[in-house]
Amino acid sequence: MEGEGSGVVTVYGNGAITETKKSPFSVKVGLAQMLRGGVIMDVVNAEQARIAEEAGACAVMALERVPADIRAQGGVARMSDPQLIKEIKRAVTIPVMAKARIGHFVEAQILEAIGIDYVDESEVLTLADDANHINKHNFRIPFVCGCRNLGEALRRIREGAAMIRTKGEAGTGNIIEAVRHVRSVMSDIRVLRNMDDDEVFTFAKNIAAPYDLVMQTKQLGRLPVVHFAAGGVATPADAALMMQLGCDGVFVGSGVFKSGDPAKRARAIVQAVTHYSDPEVLAEVSCGLGEAMVGINLNDVNVERFANRSE
Amino acid sequence: MAVVGVLALQGSFNEHIAALRRLGVKGVEIRKPEQLHTVTSLIIPGGESTTMAKLAEYHNLFPALREFVRMGKPVWGTCAGLIFLANKAIGQKTGGQDLVGGLDCTVHRNFFGSQIQSFETELSVPQLASQEGGPETFRGIFIRAPAIIEAGPEVQVLADYPVSSDRLLSFDSSIKDKMENTEEESKVIVAVRQGNILGTAFHPELTADTRWHSYFVKISMEIGEETLSSLVPAQVSTNHNQLAPIDLPIFQ
Repeated sequence: MEGEGSGVVTVYGNGAITETKKSPFSVKVGLAQMLRGGVIMDVVNAEQARIAEEAGACAVMALERVPADIRAQGGVARMSDPQLIKEIKRAVTIPVMAKARIGHFVEAQILEAIGIDYVDESEVLTLADDANHINKHNFRIPFVCGCRNLGEALRRIREGAAMIRTKGEAGTGNIIEAVRHVRSVMSDIRVLRNMDDDEVFTFAKNIAAPYDLVMQTKQLGRLPVVHFAAGGVATPADAALMMQLGCDGVFVGSGVFKSGDPAKRARAIVQAVTHYSDPEVLAEVSCGLGEAMVGINLNDVNVERFANRSE
Repeated sequence: MAVVGVLALQGSFNEHIAALRRLGVKGVEIRKPEQLHTVTSLIIPGGESTTMAKLAEYHNLFPALREFVRMGKPVWGTCAGLIFLANKAIGQKTGGQDLVGGLDCTVHRNFFGSQIQSFETELSVPQLASQEGGPETFRGIFIRAPAIIEAGPEVQVLADYPVSSDRLLSFDSSIKDKMENTEEESKVIVAVRQGNILGTAFHPELTADTRWHSYFVKISMEIGEETLSSLVPAQVSTNHNQLAPIDLPIFQ
């Protein structure tokens, strides 16, 4: 550790906390910036990864089970077999992401060792630690984390996340939670932007986020890292909705490969994200996609809320 | 005001537009072939080159882009954009991908490897510094970056980066012969210019240093001098009527 023996607490200045020698934060955030305006798709084997790449996905998320299956089958969901992730990595040239359980830093170390491009510390998997997240500054690979509101997003960034996604409600094919979470983040930022500087201290305390990041968000008028939508995107229209609400890109989990015609739907969602503000293109790509994934009504109290698993 | 088109299919187009704005130049988003007629120069940003190629193919952009390059209009490709502009690319996905071409060189996609090998370095850029002033080095951010492993005689090298030569060999056996008599340390090319085509393997749009952008805008100005007056300033993108898009911070 740098600063050891100095007997002084290192303050945020000079990037002391966010900077590691081998992989500066700029490089971590940089990859996320290259993914902007793109779609990241969940895939469970090399064949699906190829379909996603052919459709124009900007990255794939390598998994053993898509969230819809995790939901249906229950039990403990863990990091995927590294063998499977390696196979997927070999099959495509686009970046490959993989999920680690929240707080399970050894799973993250394993993913780093096999040279994955991004780790998703995900609430979709069963929690490994219900109090702490992974200290993401200790890794050279970048992390993406979920959030439901601004406070949660900034806490994850302070822990070292270089990319943020909404939590939504994965595996439901129901966009309502993702909309709620994006709206919550965006409206908090709008409130923050119009706030007197004197009020920011209390605001930071109320949303339980580090003051410096709250202030940076206020100045920028957006999250200080790339912000994707995730959790419940099933149609091109859903994807374009998230883009118009202000997201930088979209994760599609079960929505593609749980539908009738995955290749066509994947391609349509990719186009919808690029042309999100052009209803004519959206109409064109939304035609004849076959069956969408079966949705789950979130008014049902028996549906487990993945989003509420972590704070 | 000068106007530069930025191909906005996917990737870091917002960052390019923001860098241009810092120079007082308007960047307009280009998503469709007909929008290319409204600009005299174009930046192809970083992103996933396969994704951008797919999207370009869906909307039939390739013929228009090739025509744009062939007419000698200034084009600058960063990272994925450099791959687009190369005449030949290796290390592509199964089935290959379409290229625009025009730049006489061979580019190795993902030359430096996956994200864990992504890095930041100070590149020596004498050419750029002599024209644009500032320090002799430029902060190069390489993200799953490509590299130029072979360049034609017409191509002017603006920056290179040292790598070990066995690394170069392991990637491509066809260049083995040429490398035989070189020493251990070798170099790959990371920034080039050929006529009005500019290519960088790194991402100037992710830094606060706008010298590459200014260099490119000057190329466009030289060319566009006569045509500039006849230019109708962009009513291209529908997004531009809204508030100026907000950008990510630049991490120092």
